[in-house]
Amino acid sequence: MTAITRAEVEHLARLARLQLTDDELDHYAGQLDVILQSVARVSEVAAEDIPPTSHPIPVQNVFRDDVARPGLDRSAVAAGAPAWEDDRFRVPRILDEE
Amino acid sequence: MTTMEGDLTRQSATVLADAMAQGEVSAEEVTRAHLDRISEVDGDVHAFLHVLSDEAVEVARGVDRRRAAGERLGPLAGVPLALKDVLTMSGVPTTCGSRVLEGWRPPYDSTVVERLRAADVVILGKTNMDEFAMGSSTEHSAYGPTRNPWDLERIPGGSGGGSSAAIAAFEAPLAIGTDTGGSIRQPAAVTGTVGVKPTYGGVSRYGLVALASSLDQAGPCARTVMDAALLHAAIAGHDPRDSTSIDAPVPDVVAAARKADIRGVRIGLIKELGGEGYQAGVSQRFDEAVEVLTDLGAEVVEVSCPNFEYALAAYYLILPSEASSNLARFDGMRYGLRVGDDGDRSVEQVMALTREAGFGAEVKRRIMIGTYALSSGYYDAYYGQAQKVRTLITRDFAAAFEQADVLISPTAPTTAFKIGEKVDDPLAMYLNDVATIPVNLAGNAAMSLPVGLAPEDGLPVGMQVIAPAMADDRLYLVGAALERALVDRWGHLLIEEAPDL
Amino acid sequence: MTTTAETMPYAEAIAAFEPVLGLETHVELGTASKMFCSCPTAFGADPNTQVCPVCLGLPGSMPVVNRMGVESTIRMGLALNCSIAEWCRFARKNYFYPDMPKDYQISQYDEPLCFDGWLDVTVETDDGPRAFRVEIERVHMEEDTGKLTHAGGATGRIHGADYSLVDYNRAGIPLIEIVTKPIVGTGELAPLVARAYVTELRDLMRSLGVSDVRMEEGSLRCDVNVSLNRAGDDWGTRSETKNVNSLRSVERAVRSEIERQAAVLSSGGRVIQETRHFHEDTGRSTPGRSKEQAEDYRYFPEPDLVPVAPSREWVEELRGTLPELPSAKRARLRAEWGISDHDFQTLVNGGALELVEATIAEGVDPAAARKWWTGELARIANDREIELADVPVSPGQIKHIQRLIEDGSLTDKLARQVIEGIIAGEGDVDDVVAGRGLAVVSDDSALLAAIDQALVDQPDVAEKIRGGKVQAAGAIVGAVMKATRGQADAAKVRALLFERLGVSE
Repeated sequence: MTAITRAEVEHLARLARLQLTDDELDHYAGQLDVILQSVARVSEVAAEDIPPTSHPIPVQNVFRDDVARPGLDRSAVAAGAPAWEDDRFRVPRILDEE
Repeated sequence: MTTMEGDLTRQSATVLADAMAQGEVSAEEVTRAHLDRISEVDGDVHAFLHVLSDEAVEVARGVDRRRAAGERLGPLAGVPLALKDVLTMSGVPTTCGSRVLEGWRPPYDSTVVERLRAADVVILGKTNMDEFAMGSSTEHSAYGPTRNPWDLERIPGGSGGGSSAAIAAFEAPLAIGTDTGGSIRQPAAVTGTVGVKPTYGGVSRYGLVALASSLDQAGPCARTVMDAALLHAAIAGHDPRDSTSIDAPVPDVVAAARKADIRGVRIGLIKELGGEGYQAGVSQRFDEAVEVLTDLGAEVVEVSCPNFEYALAAYYLILPSEASSNLARFDGMRYGLRVGDDGDRSVEQVMALTREAGFGAEVKRRIMIGTYALSSGYYDAYYGQAQKVRTLITRDFAAAFEQADVLISPTAPTTAFKIGEKVDDPLAMYLNDVATIPVNLAGNAAMSLPVGLAPEDGLPVGMQVIAPAMADDRLYLVGAALERALVDRWGHLLIEEAPDL
Repeated sequence: MTTTAETMPYAEAIAAFEPVLGLETHVELGTASKMFCSCPTAFGADPNTQVCPVCLGLPGSMPVVNRMGVESTIRMGLALNCSIAEWCRFARKNYFYPDMPKDYQISQYDEPLCFDGWLDVTVETDDGPRAFRVEIERVHMEEDTGKLTHAGGATGRIHGADYSLVDYNRAGIPLIEIVTKPIVGTGELAPLVARAYVTELRDLMRSLGVSDVRMEEGSLRCDVNVSLNRAGDDWGTRSETKNVNSLRSVERAVRSEIERQAAVLSSGGRVIQETRHFHEDTGRSTPGRSKEQAEDYRYFPEPDLVPVAPSREWVEELRGTLPELPSAKRARLRAEWGISDHDFQTLVNGGALELVEATIAEGVDPAAARKWWTGELARIANDREIELADVPVSPGQIKHIQRLIEDGSLTDKLARQVIEGIIAGEGDVDDVVAGRGLAVVSDDSALLAAIDQALVDQPDVAEKIRGGKVQAAGAIVGAVMKATRGQADAAKVRALLFERLGVSE
């Protein structure tokens, strides 16, 4: 596992939507490197033929019936919203093309 | 019982419930006594983030009215409880110890709260925690640290330090914690209380704000094993709103706690969890407790779990990975904090500013590790490999449980450390959970209970008892037997030795 | 900056390059409740009234899979000749976007529920119908996002908007995604094959009852992948055009992308791997994100859900619920109706098959049923640029009109006016006939009065007829038709005229 660079930390922060300060970028670059070196120990285990566990208890096929029920009152939906307009959540402008 | 009133906060839930059922004391009196205690000591301890003074009294009065009307109530009716601030309760602030959720009042009850209400438990308030349950000291709360009632300079464990401190400070006889890597058990160990992480899927996660979905589990915190059992029985059981909830009867934990007979029970001592790296007083009290178990008729054998040495590494890949995704939703669009929305900034900028301002250092650290570990190109080496280690750890447990009915280890390598000692040394902090983490990876049930005070610092030491999945009752069988033997020896519960606040 | 033509004429492009297509089609399933919660799915409800903690992504909420969503997907997979996974999981697709409440989408990644199938489609060529087998890579389940409305700015579009508003009613509605393997060897027919494929998918879903595929409500959305290569060369770099939301657009998007890429390549340029956005109004696409800027979705198994492991018994039970599939049904109907491949394909391509079938089922003669739907009604659909099925005339109304023609109450010409009236919203058949006074004048005395008047007006013509020049009768018949505003049966007028004059034909 290669050392993590400041540029990589910056990229991760962008992916994770964290507007880190320069100080934080410096600080985290060092810490993440140490942590990642440490957790990279998992690769020491020879586990070629070992199946991964994504779920600790083997349960499968859990479904509910297709029955519609009313959800929340709109007043309860709106109550938590940082900005609300015209019965909708108001969000800042979206620069993306989509 | 005329002396009851003065001692209300020192009583166990079991004693309080009996006294209320007998009409010796009202639920309102019990609730008020605990609210008074909170007013008295919580300025120092800071276990609570939000106290439901009026609401709790209201609920208690309702219980009294219904009891007076002759209604048959459950075994915990009227007993006060402290709720970790990671579980939703309709209309009550739920912050998860984070600025990003400051002021948010969820419009729905978690299943745990629904069941507590159904059991007529009186919820006193929401307890402090490491932000989004990331930590082992409760120092990572955005609302300031909680202090250990045994020594206010020390940590009460984490992430559920608010719940463990509330119990240890006699602010509540019961509390709900959540345990992702030890956040119920380690706080119990360092505060001299009892904490149980049920089998994964044993208690519904619906309404538990997720840290790591495949590891999180809510469970009971109490001062006695029997109290924990009663609370466990009240909150456990299948919930169709949680797809990972186990659809099977809950093991009879109360009957097991009552039985408390371990003659012939095989107890496995995990070789890898002990010795080097464990504080001398921790090892000493643990070893003495093992002798007690032998004296009680248990058969103690040593078992080996060779892959446990990789558990911490696997855990600190799986947890941040799942957390980075679970915490994505805190983006300032639908609820909670929004920062920097000046009408000009884009949605991407506002999300990034909100998350930067709303999250603390540890949360950001783990989000970035998780983002890295899930990235294309790294997935197989990190997350994928960690999931395989998880399989190996589960196999280690399966092999150990062929030799033993339960396994034991010290709960934490040290007693409570000083506030500030490890706060910016993540790796040192992560080591606190070395003994508790394997259980979460495999989904087993485990309990921590007090086994004495370390001679060198006079602080509590906990023993961890581990049972196979869906055999939670064995924890209570062994825990209750050991507790009874130790109380007989000490003449009281260990918590009685905590200094007055 | 050198200027080169932005597009190359289609014929030229296809002469120089071979296209490879790929289609990813998302369709909203017609379940009563959402994919992971019990909220209703009705279209057009007031904003944010069909939401709950789960589909709003509130902290602590958890998804539970809708059984019907899984069953619909398996049935669709079976109809597409897919294998059904014995065990598969949901995955989280992580990216931040304000229409996505959890900032990840629950989808499936490398373990789709259905995989490795095929669908046969037919397109009409100058040399007759030609069949293509489109291979299906996978069919999987996922959840839809909320709906954004852009406010402020000049255009109401996202670009230049001051802010946006989000309605999460659509968030969590079950989606099925059907992905083809690369489609090769279509040559110039590529746009038609793409359209025929999506049409076939739509018909398949409707016949299975898994979705009513309301395209006008945006319930079907296509991403179209196109690459070009010169004959014998390796496949070229592909672009992905998103936001292609109608059958016509699918055809246009493929065609315009072939024209665009051909221009780039023939001027020595390089096609870049990018996402493009299709604009219905212009029929062209504009560039979006390039591969370099692409998100890293950080897929991982959804830990809040458990695996889906359909037993073989369950799969076979679902197979037993499949109705006659459109392709089998077409073969049967062609045989029953005894019409040529060409005529049949015209019905299929025009979207007339179900309508003709339903009209025949009403009791209308097959030839007459076909004539209506491929003639007058097809012309109306074409003029209005709508699907035939969206022309607001029902098979039952055609039956009614046809009966009136057969009993002499309407002429073909009058019948067309009735249809015009129905479309104009003047009511049902009888309402239009009455409202417009369209009934054939069959009252003999009224007709005879009109004939007498015409004979008086044109005495010379009357004389010719009496003299045996029967071909002169046309002038009198014409006058009578004019007098009755076309509402008379010309043959009947003619017969009455000869009777009146005592002349035999």
